[in-house]
Amino acid sequence: MTNPIKIINRYIPRLGNFPQLLVCVLLLCTGCDYSPWNNPYPNEDSAKNIYYDSFPERPKHLDPVSSYSANEYVFLGQIYEPPLQYHFLKRPYQLIPLTATELPRARYFNKAGQPLEEDSDPADVYRVKYTISIKPALLYQPHPAFAKNASGKYLYHDLDPQKLENIHALSDFDTVGTRKLLANDYVYQIKRMAHPRVHSPIAGLMRKYILGLDEFAKELSEIEKDDTTSGYIDLNRFELPGARVVDDTTFEITLKQKYPQFIYWLSMSFFAPMPWEADYFYSQEGMTDKNITLDWYPVGTGPFMLSENNPNRRMVLKRNPNFRGEAYPSEGEAGDLESGILEDAGKNMPFIDTAIYSLEKESIPAWNKFLQGYYDTSGIVSDSFDQAVQFNTQGDAELTDEMREKGINLQTAVTTSSYYMGFNMADEVIGGNSERATLLRRAISIAVDYEEYISIFANGRGEPAQGPIPPGIFGNIPGEPGINPYVYEWQGDKAVRRSIEEAKALLVQAGYPNGRNKNTGKQLVLNLDSPAAGPGSKASFDWLRKQYAKLGINLVIRATDYNRFQEKIRKGTAQIFQWGWNADYPDPENFFFLLYGPNAKIDHNGENAANYKNAEFDELFNQMKSMSNSPQRQDVINKMVEILRHDAPWLWGFHPVGFSLHHEWYKNAKPNLMANNTLKYKRIEPRLRTENRTAWNQPIWWPIALVIILLIIMLLPAIISYRRKETESIL
Amino acid sequence: MPVIFITDAFIFLLVFMVSAYVLYARQHEHLRAPWHDVARRPLAMSAAIILVVYVAVGLLDSVHFHPELEATETTQAVQSTEVSSLLDLVLDDLRKNTERTYSAPLASYAFSKEMIDLPNGKQIRDYPRLKFGGVHLNNPETERLADISKHIVIGLLFGLIISLLVSTVIVFILGKSHKISFKQAINKICHNDFLVSWTAMLITMSLIIMAACIIFNLSQYYHVFGTDKVGQDVLYQAIKSVRTGLVIGTLTTLVMLPFAIMMGLMAGYFRGWIDDVIQYLYTTLNSIPGVLLIAASILLLQVYIGNHADDFNSIEERADLRLLFLCIILGITSWTGLCRLLRAETLKLREIDYVQAAQAFGVSNMSIMLRHLLPNVMHIVMITIVIDFSGLVLAEAVLSYINIGVDPSMNSWGNMINGARLEMAREPIVWWSLAAAFVFMFILVLAANLFSDAVRDSFDPRLRH
Amino acid sequence: MISYILRRIAYAFPILIGVNIITFVLFFVVNTPDDMARMQLGMKRVDDAAISKWKEERGYDKPILWNQDAEAIEKITDTIFFQNSVKLFIFDFGRSDSGRDIGYDISQRMWPSLAITVPGLILGLLAYITFGLTLAFFRGSYVDVSGVILCVVMMSISGLFYIIGGQYLIGKFFHLVPISGYDTGFNAIKFTVLPVLVGLVGGIGSSTRWYRTIFLEEMGKDYVRTAKAKGLSETRVLYHHVLMNGLIPILTGVVVILPSLFIGSLIVESFFAIPGLGSYTIDAISAQDFAIVRSMVFLGSVLYIIGLILTDISYTLVDPRVRLN
Repeated sequence: MTNPIKIINRYIPRLGNFPQLLVCVLLLCTGCDYSPWNNPYPNEDSAKNIYYDSFPERPKHLDPVSSYSANEYVFLGQIYEPPLQYHFLKRPYQLIPLTATELPRARYFNKAGQPLEEDSDPADVYRVKYTISIKPALLYQPHPAFAKNASGKYLYHDLDPQKLENIHALSDFDTVGTRKLLANDYVYQIKRMAHPRVHSPIAGLMRKYILGLDEFAKELSEIEKDDTTSGYIDLNRFELPGARVVDDTTFEITLKQKYPQFIYWLSMSFFAPMPWEADYFYSQEGMTDKNITLDWYPVGTGPFMLSENNPNRRMVLKRNPNFRGEAYPSEGEAGDLESGILEDAGKNMPFIDTAIYSLEKESIPAWNKFLQGYYDTSGIVSDSFDQAVQFNTQGDAELTDEMREKGINLQTAVTTSSYYMGFNMADEVIGGNSERATLLRRAISIAVDYEEYISIFANGRGEPAQGPIPPGIFGNIPGEPGINPYVYEWQGDKAVRRSIEEAKALLVQAGYPNGRNKNTGKQLVLNLDSPAAGPGSKASFDWLRKQYAKLGINLVIRATDYNRFQEKIRKGTAQIFQWGWNADYPDPENFFFLLYGPNAKIDHNGENAANYKNAEFDELFNQMKSMSNSPQRQDVINKMVEILRHDAPWLWGFHPVGFSLHHEWYKNAKPNLMANNTLKYKRIEPRLRTENRTAWNQPIWWPIALVIILLIIMLLPAIISYRRKETESIL
Repeated sequence: MPVIFITDAFIFLLVFMVSAYVLYARQHEHLRAPWHDVARRPLAMSAAIILVVYVAVGLLDSVHFHPELEATETTQAVQSTEVSSLLDLVLDDLRKNTERTYSAPLASYAFSKEMIDLPNGKQIRDYPRLKFGGVHLNNPETERLADISKHIVIGLLFGLIISLLVSTVIVFILGKSHKISFKQAINKICHNDFLVSWTAMLITMSLIIMAACIIFNLSQYYHVFGTDKVGQDVLYQAIKSVRTGLVIGTLTTLVMLPFAIMMGLMAGYFRGWIDDVIQYLYTTLNSIPGVLLIAASILLLQVYIGNHADDFNSIEERADLRLLFLCIILGITSWTGLCRLLRAETLKLREIDYVQAAQAFGVSNMSIMLRHLLPNVMHIVMITIVIDFSGLVLAEAVLSYINIGVDPSMNSWGNMINGARLEMAREPIVWWSLAAAFVFMFILVLAANLFSDAVRDSFDPRLRH
Repeated sequence: MISYILRRIAYAFPILIGVNIITFVLFFVVNTPDDMARMQLGMKRVDDAAISKWKEERGYDKPILWNQDAEAIEKITDTIFFQNSVKLFIFDFGRSDSGRDIGYDISQRMWPSLAITVPGLILGLLAYITFGLTLAFFRGSYVDVSGVILCVVMMSISGLFYIIGGQYLIGKFFHLVPISGYDTGFNAIKFTVLPVLVGLVGGIGSSTRWYRTIFLEEMGKDYVRTAKAKGLSETRVLYHHVLMNGLIPILTGVVVILPSLFIGSLIVESFFAIPGLGSYTIDAISAQDFAIVRSMVFLGSVLYIIGLILTDISYTLVDPRVRLN
């Protein structure tokens, strides 16, 4: 027999330098330096003035006239510049000029062409004019569409598939040029809303208001039918009476009726300038096949330009060298001076050279990378909330010690959005204006405990809604006078949900004692349609069923895909559904119109998914729409809210509170839910970031060593018996 | 009043078929021998016991009915529109004792801090006591560990007593049937001397009974595997998921069997153009990536359900149809393998004397296939069924991950894992849903793998070493 | 040989047509062009005019299979099916419903997929063969028994657990590699380590067991016994004969999956945010972009068929007794 110890001794020297060898190999893999191994970016970028963020899904449209989603605005907002913008710091939200020299004022005219007072009767108003003058000498980003040769001829305006053979991306064009921003570019963009090949989500709306746009769209589609060649229509050839160029820096928009909310649209990228050169450049033959389209490669005057467009992996914004510069705001709301957010006042923006957005479809890796310092800012998903935030004894949110030690900061803001549960008012059981249905809906309104929903699914990040208007928007009344008396009662200093007993009593009145039909004894079954969404959905379904079960109602959840869900809503075959609305602009009209009768989904395919119709409400809506914010408007709004609360076409749900975290090295963070061009205000301190990243991401060695040791231990007996076998077979 | 879901019907059909097979196999030596060989393997028989326990749970969960709603003053008693199963009755406590949100296994306090109203009207933010878990304790900080240990010991003792009783009865019956005394029977058990590996079975059974007793006893006072996001007992979910796993694992094979057998036999027996057509069919189906086919079909089903929403009165019914559909579509993507094996085997068999003889005597093709070919390929079918089982249970989890698995409202391990992905990011981490799904799934798949190994070794002598 | 290959390729066409018809029917029954339009146009403020415009542009306003209004041959060609399917045969995948060039996307996303699957395959083969050979060598001993049990245990764990566990431990706790993501060129290595490792560990159970069986079968053959009887040492027999002969079934088994390496792994890629073809497909499924899904199905089928042909050829190469006819 051989002594096992001896054998171990014999083998250990041979294995002795194996771990070092492995280390060397691994080091080779990661680039042989001492910076963190898990750095997802090239190490040489660490010291650069780069901002790192993530995006959850690839943007679908980057054409400013068709983009209508927050994840696209992240990029578009930095590139395109509409005439107006929201003030970065001031609250309530305030419009200020961006490329315009001043805020345009609406001028009203009657049929005879005489000017009217601002508060005159909307019925008298025949035309509304906005005259907008833009700052002179603003330049577009460098772009091949502007490139000219020595004789002033456009270099890339006569492309064909042969010339495009070696071109795969916009960056493959050698020469770039620029040009001055002209008033015509704004007019051109408004004309594009009517372009038959461009799908502008607000075209339908704007055709109602902008003079001549409707006819213009029809005219264009006639032309497009005849024209089978390239698809490019030179919009400059046509006149649009509602949008006219006055001179190089001035243009005028004419509306057919009073629409005070119109000015808000002027801050959205639908009204950003579009140079005809770009439109022409992208519509040349062969470009679409190469993915080189306006929908994919924006061209703007903003502080940044899209230099890398790879939505499979990352999107890179680079500083636009032609950007005129803009001064950081020097005043804000109360408290901004103390918080230090005005430190950069008056300095020239933008501060960042490059912004890299990486694709992160899963929230967990994104969160972990934020904690490791590889993203500068992050939202908080419900599941990582407790790690980041705790509530102090006063019930205010504050960061946990772990976060504070890392120097992370927290920002919160009640969003201007609403998550609601809608009832299909066209449904026989739950809908309609009968006493029975109204009571039933009100009973459910009490039973579905949104306070609990917020605490479980949103970690308390939400405010239960008392009506359709979120806080921060004109018309919302805080405190006792603003509560929904059908669902809440005021106790001491807060609104308290009415007891489930009251809900049950309402249900008895409605004819469903204990959730059972008083005549047949059958249990009430209601259906909730939901587009099935990811892993979290089961929990929320279970919770919803629990809520309805409190009343004895059996809630059947029909999970389906998004298309199917939309179809049901469209046809009005859904019974109960959950949906949300994000404000386009800070005006109550943007919420009330979701319940305006003529917007009903089934009749007019509008945005009123609940198909709610109430003549009195509709009339008040029309009245409210054209009023300016005043006590009179508040009165009208109060009446409207009361009608809605009584009829309860929605469970008002809640207004989420947005929480965002950012690292110490990320400066000038202030949540602004209306503005989407906030990147230019941001400042990064790369040195601090590099130090922290290195400190937080020291590789931990022992697991590798442990695995190696375990392997050796497992192999040793094998080696021993191998030795034995060898000797045996020799014998 | 019982409700029979489509999958229930299939499950009982399956039970019926298995029983018929057992009766058939008992009378035929060529089937009895390999099964005896399986029965001699202790590992396989331990696995079989575990599988039997799972199947029992699954069967209990397959007897559905509408619970009765009691009469009120104005109305008489009617049936609820909800659907329960026998298992729900057994686990009623688990189902009803919910918390508000997460709680850790065996905890008595909630997992995260909440606002608590104190009797004096003030509010503090602290961990609230649970509504159910450890509610009998006055002072959980000091008493909980002792209490848990106490209940573990009590459960263990109960388990020991029950397993001793059951073992005694079994040994007694064994003694009777082998016509030996009880003492001899014990002796034989201790030396593992029976033809069937009773020792391993008894040990496994005792272990299961003890574990079940401990868990049962604890679950009277605590949430053994904690609670999930909306406060439901995780143990309950894991147990309810058993049926889903079993249905996917067995019905899929059941659904595909007739096609695979028929096509395989026909292709091998007739050859010529029939063979070509069948080969074309399965090559085509095989070349479509399975996941995509499943995704498309699940979407198709959703369209159907969406258009016929009123035909379904309960969530359970919708979920059940989706489950069945998933089985069918998994069956379609997986029948080709078996079909190919059967074709190859039939090609060989048809050249054998007795088939040739039967042909010469003018026996009809149909009866040759059923009488002479089918019995001789049954061992291949058998092996495929048991081997596929574990793969299918695992596949369910992966499909649920990309949202093309079972209905999100259905309890399944895949859904549990899928939900738990987000919980992993919590700090402190919520691990129990994942752990419970892991444990339940792992035990089932491991048992199935061990059992299928034994079946394969016994039925396919070529592989034996 | 060449005529055989040509015949096989010709035989592939009916299969591909079949695949095309199946997917086409499935997807167009599921998703009417209206649905696609709504999906792509977004959710806020979409009206019917926008939808019909969208359909017209993409040719989705045509009849599905048979165009009654068209002339002669155009009755068949001027339909959605013909326009969308026939081009696939010349690998012109067209544009996705969201407007991107699918062919270009595929050519870009192929490389990240390969960066995971190729190292995974090579390292996997090395590891599994080593383990399999070790177990076969120690057959019957406790190394073998415990190894096989370990394999069964590892087989019984869902792949999802390996991914979640790996990401959690190695990425989050030990800071050894980035948690997820991808980079081009040499920088890609640090991103591929973890997915490859996870794939490797996940496959150990079944592959090791399978290879062990192959080697055991080989060891039971006569020539091994003869070699041993002639006095060759156990190790020599193992390496020179068993390993070499056992490699034949293993490698021919590998050949069939070679083409599908391009497709990548659906789950691993989407967990580790690798911009390969696997995650491309998953995204397309969840975004219901059926132009992409159909292209991927077609590509998958083509690669599968190539795999089958390659397998046949490799059989003749390693075993001269097999003739193709």
